[in-house]
Amino acid sequence: MLSRLIVLPATIALASLAPLRAAVEDSVKTLAATGREGSGNEAASAAWKAVVGEGPHALLALLAATGKSGPVTDNWLRLAADAIADAALHAKQPLPLAELEAFLKDTKNADAARQLAFDLIAKADAALAEKIEPGLVNDPVQELRRGAVARLIAAAKARTGDDAKGAYLHALDAVRDEDQTNEIAGALKKLGMTVDLAKHFGFLMKWDVIAPFDNTNQKGFDTVFPPEREVKTDAEYDGKAGKVKWKTVESKDERGKFDFNKPFGSLKGVTGYAVTTFDSATEREAELRLGCKNGWKVWLNGELLFSRDEYHRGSQMDQYKMKCHLKKGANTILVKCCQDEQTEQWTVEWEFQLRVCDSTGAAILAAK
Amino acid sequence: MKRLLAFSLAALPFPLAAADWPQFRGPDSAGTVADATIPAKPKIDWTAPLPGRGLASPIIIGKKVFVTCSSGPKQERLHVFCFDSDDGKKFWERQLKATGRTMSHPKTSIAACTPCSDGKRVFALFSSNDLAAFDLDGNLLWLRGLTVDYPNVSNSLGMASSPLVVGETLVTVIENDSESYTVGIDVKTGRNLWKLERPKAANWSSPVTWRADAKSAPVVVLQSSKGLTGVDPVTGSVLWNYNEGASTSSSSVVAQGVIYAPSNGITALSPKADGSAPERVWRSNQVNPKTISPVILDGKIFAFNSAGVLASAEIKSGDAKWKLRLTGPFSGSPVGANGRLICVNEKGLVQIVDVTAPEGALAGQLQLPLKEGSKEMVLSTPALSGKNVFIRTDSALWRLGE
Repeated sequence: MLSRLIVLPATIALASLAPLRAAVEDSVKTLAATGREGSGNEAASAAWKAVVGEGPHALLALLAATGKSGPVTDNWLRLAADAIADAALHAKQPLPLAELEAFLKDTKNADAARQLAFDLIAKADAALAEKIEPGLVNDPVQELRRGAVARLIAAAKARTGDDAKGAYLHALDAVRDEDQTNEIAGALKKLGMTVDLAKHFGFLMKWDVIAPFDNTNQKGFDTVFPPEREVKTDAEYDGKAGKVKWKTVESKDERGKFDFNKPFGSLKGVTGYAVTTFDSATEREAELRLGCKNGWKVWLNGELLFSRDEYHRGSQMDQYKMKCHLKKGANTILVKCCQDEQTEQWTVEWEFQLRVCDSTGAAILAAK
Repeated sequence: MKRLLAFSLAALPFPLAAADWPQFRGPDSAGTVADATIPAKPKIDWTAPLPGRGLASPIIIGKKVFVTCSSGPKQERLHVFCFDSDDGKKFWERQLKATGRTMSHPKTSIAACTPCSDGKRVFALFSSNDLAAFDLDGNLLWLRGLTVDYPNVSNSLGMASSPLVVGETLVTVIENDSESYTVGIDVKTGRNLWKLERPKAANWSSPVTWRADAKSAPVVVLQSSKGLTGVDPVTGSVLWNYNEGASTSSSSVVAQGVIYAPSNGITALSPKADGSAPERVWRSNQVNPKTISPVILDGKIFAFNSAGVLASAEIKSGDAKWKLRLTGPFSGSPVGANGRLICVNEKGLVQIVDVTAPEGALAGQLQLPLKEGSKEMVLSTPALSGKNVFIRTDSALWRLGE
């Protein structure tokens, strides 16, 4: 009888939780259904308010949905989780920190979701986040590594001589962000060690290049010149000012920049192509990351990954990130780089840098 | 006739309070508001710290001040803050992650576009082309990732055009060298009402509203290197064009049915109701805004040239009046009230100009104590509300008073 009396309230309690869970799941499902050009916004607006009203017990469901439907949907989910955390902390209500930590530690969970879990922990319990952070030094999420790498850099700064060198090299193994890499490489240089940055980042240095084709009035950007139809490096074509042939070049720049002006002269209103073969050890997902201040197009194995016709607004490493699929063995990467006809001194550059890496920014080096 | 009436009613804005400053350069983008007072000798009332950079101006609705900023090594963390205008206490903060590119010139930042409000909602646009709508209590109403929707919408120097609410339409200028649009977005749902192809050229200027008179339907005035374009905010239809070029940085200002455009100096334009090209009222290169937007106060138009000289002219004739050299450099635009302009230079020196003095005169100055040892700059335009001035820097929101 006693056991029946105990079981009964528990059953009632569980039964009463079920509609709550269903409400959260429905709301999260609605948020996850948002798409391009604002599709799903109307329903999501009400669902957002509903799920935020559910409080901290909705957090795990929000995390579970994050990283699965695109970055805008992730923002719907992130903003809901953030609002729940803010309201709970304001009301001195605890967050499920143990569950959040377990979620963070499970690297099978989506990158964006794990980052969100860490952000929620840091918001609710800064000391716990501090404790967790050093363990994220080899995390598959680039942003989660950053704090741990900063600690390694700080530790290296406190050392001298070979001890410092060893500590910086340890940090170099973990680092993915450009600014932190620069800091480590700079410190190692002072300690007498030069870091091969091109190799560290995975820049492609050897290219076959051909130019100039026409780009008068920027019309070359959409003109299909022969290298887009066939990659045949022993071929000769009609260029802008006569016959053009492929040349083999190797960049000497530590950031892998290839400057078309060097082999072809400082030309304006022209188009150049560069092609290389990247030998991948395995079939895998990867990213091609490009920096370029000219008009450009990039193809991988004949498939156009992305193109952009902006000229001389600036360039930086990893300016454009293109997700791609590498096949095992030889992969052909073709870059089209268009120079416009501006005459200002700051429009001379006709160059690009390109690297192959994983989603954390770690270099994927060619197998041969 | 019924259609016209419906159009006019739909385009009527939600009533804003007299002390509200709902968008870049305040009500009607005029840089002035009748009930505000600029103190001659300002002092700092309070400061609220911000976790990231930005040049977006604060906006004010009731006793709430909204401001955006961006943080993180690549400025990919986008923040929207709501503060109590009385004491700077935080009401709420929301944070999202950039879904578009966050590269910009180092001087600017991803929080470059001033948010705007229709009095019920706040719309925050960032250089990454992330656009979020909240109610005044911080509840998310809708989201857009405009670079997710249109992958080549971006500018490697950074985007900066501030959105504008006209009736039920949020006018969002996302013009650049590549995929270049202005989008009319439904304030209630975040969905497109219309999408207008625009010149393929970088553009940082902000749209303004023009009306023939108080009873007429508003027209959105878009600006680009080609000139000005009048657009119906409900349908996105082009109503008229002015094709003599205009600035891509400095924005137009409207007063009494005349558009004062930064075009070949300043060109005063009077649009026609019949859709023909606007009539030129006057043109003067004596007032020549380079990157900073002009302001109209007490019958005169004022603008900074690139040397930090404040020039003035009569708005009726364009006749040049006094010039006054202030301490620059300036990036933010001046705003004005009660016969005074407030001008804040990049180093945080607040300068109050008495425009009623025969040759203009510096009435007061205040150096904002910017973050020590940082490269903090002030690139934003101040906001006015009642007797207070709100200024944002890269590290804080400041309220100045008497």
